[in-house]
Amino acid sequence: MQELIASILAGENFLSDVPPVLITVVFMSAAGLLFASLAAINALIAVYLERKVSAHMQDRLGPMEVGPHGTLQTLADAVKLLLKEDIVPQNADRFLHTLAPFLVFAAAIGALVALPYSSAFLFANFDIGVLFVISITSLTVIAIIIAGWASNNKWSLLGGMRSAAQIVSYEIPTALALLVIIMQVGSLNFQQIATAQTGWFWHWHVFQFFPFNLIAFLIFFVASLAEVNRTPFDLPEAESELVAGFMTEYSGFKWAVFMLSEYANMIVVTGVGAAVFLGAHQSPFGNFMNGGVWGVFWFVGKAYGLVLVQIWLRWTLPRLRVDQLMYTSWKVLTPFAFACIFAVGLWMIL
Amino acid sequence: MTTFDFTFYAFSILTLLSASVMVFSKNLIHCAVGLLFAFFGIAGIYVLLAADFLAAVQVLIYVGGILVLLLFGVMLSQRIAGVNIETGTLQFIPALLVCGVVFAILTHLALKTRWSLMPLAEMAPTSRTIGNLLMTEYLLPFEIISILLLAALVGAAFMARREAR
Repeated sequence: MQELIASILAGENFLSDVPPVLITVVFMSAAGLLFASLAAINALIAVYLERKVSAHMQDRLGPMEVGPHGTLQTLADAVKLLLKEDIVPQNADRFLHTLAPFLVFAAAIGALVALPYSSAFLFANFDIGVLFVISITSLTVIAIIIAGWASNNKWSLLGGMRSAAQIVSYEIPTALALLVIIMQVGSLNFQQIATAQTGWFWHWHVFQFFPFNLIAFLIFFVASLAEVNRTPFDLPEAESELVAGFMTEYSGFKWAVFMLSEYANMIVVTGVGAAVFLGAHQSPFGNFMNGGVWGVFWFVGKAYGLVLVQIWLRWTLPRLRVDQLMYTSWKVLTPFAFACIFAVGLWMIL
Repeated sequence: MTTFDFTFYAFSILTLLSASVMVFSKNLIHCAVGLLFAFFGIAGIYVLLAADFLAAVQVLIYVGGILVLLLFGVMLSQRIAGVNIETGTLQFIPALLVCGVVFAILTHLALKTRWSLMPLAEMAPTSRTIGNLLMTEYLLPFEIISILLLAALVGAAFMARREAR
């Protein structure tokens, strides 16, 4: 992005008279809009997938009416949500109530930008890629607490509280599991992590240092499920206890923004998983269909494969209790992640 | 105005505005949200000065950790336990006097000092250098901080534990 802007500013073209500040601002806004629309398209596809997969798992057909095999159903739903009235409870904090969904969305887009979609075009190539994704997603916690508080509803508040406790706890095993791989690569840069996995699929990190990396991957996957509030860790919106958790008082467009961010966050965590453990944008078969635009194909394919697993788990497993949730994080995932770090470190030295 | 200036002023205004919301708001939750944006403004300025690692860590620790804990505490006591926490104005005139004097001294010093200008730092990878320095030159302070944090952690766990019956 910076190189693109720099090349435009350097060249003699019709933009020479425009002040550089304006060009930068316009280009950055365009990039932001691009990712916002990508998030929207992702939600359209992922919601449809979720409905169809769940339906077929339960021996139903799922949406069939709108478009062939119901493919346009999510589009129709989006239009409906945009036309709905926006209801804010009377004693709610109007400003924060409106701010919260957009903060969640901003965090999701911020993380989407940093993912390594391909080796050919990089939207943002940071030295600190992995750390950036971890830190920008921590904004989600704050936004969810604010949403819960601003709604002036006990269910919302309890949902927000649960969500905060859950995400803060599960951030630790997530980061530790990623650390296992970062230690091996010696870099936080997504591109370098991708380059370290060049070759056939047994060069992927998940198959290296067997079985420790595999365990780290499983820890990461379970913890990331909790980070994005997916079943079996969807306590913040447990409908049998809390109506809809922190989203109870949201309707229309703001609710749609929450859903958009939820599905965008699913892609973020599966994307990080695919990038760090499953070879990022590298082809699984050596040089076969590798590099360039194929990178996008493989990366999105891997991320969506993991999204399918998330959906599969959602319609298979029952929800955990709060104490089981905390037990899993602190007494199972965290110690095992530390053990993996220790074992891999020892292996690397010996 | 260059892009650098524009970005700097944008982040400065964001930081100052949200910091003043944090100071002047009566509602503690609004204060916390003001603090959130102030942290982000500061992180933006760090990035502008080519300290990207520091910016990410700043957001991670302050937003993801400290602010969450702060909000957690405030909300649990306010909406659930029904304790009304509001910030109020106390000792208005003495505070104004002290602040005015400090402000005058600081402005005087800032105007009197001859600032030496540094060339703008190039955006370069910093995490490797920081890691190497922590493991070599600053190993002892690093370890001492680790032990201090560990002690704090053990202490917190001990205080939070229920009395054994």
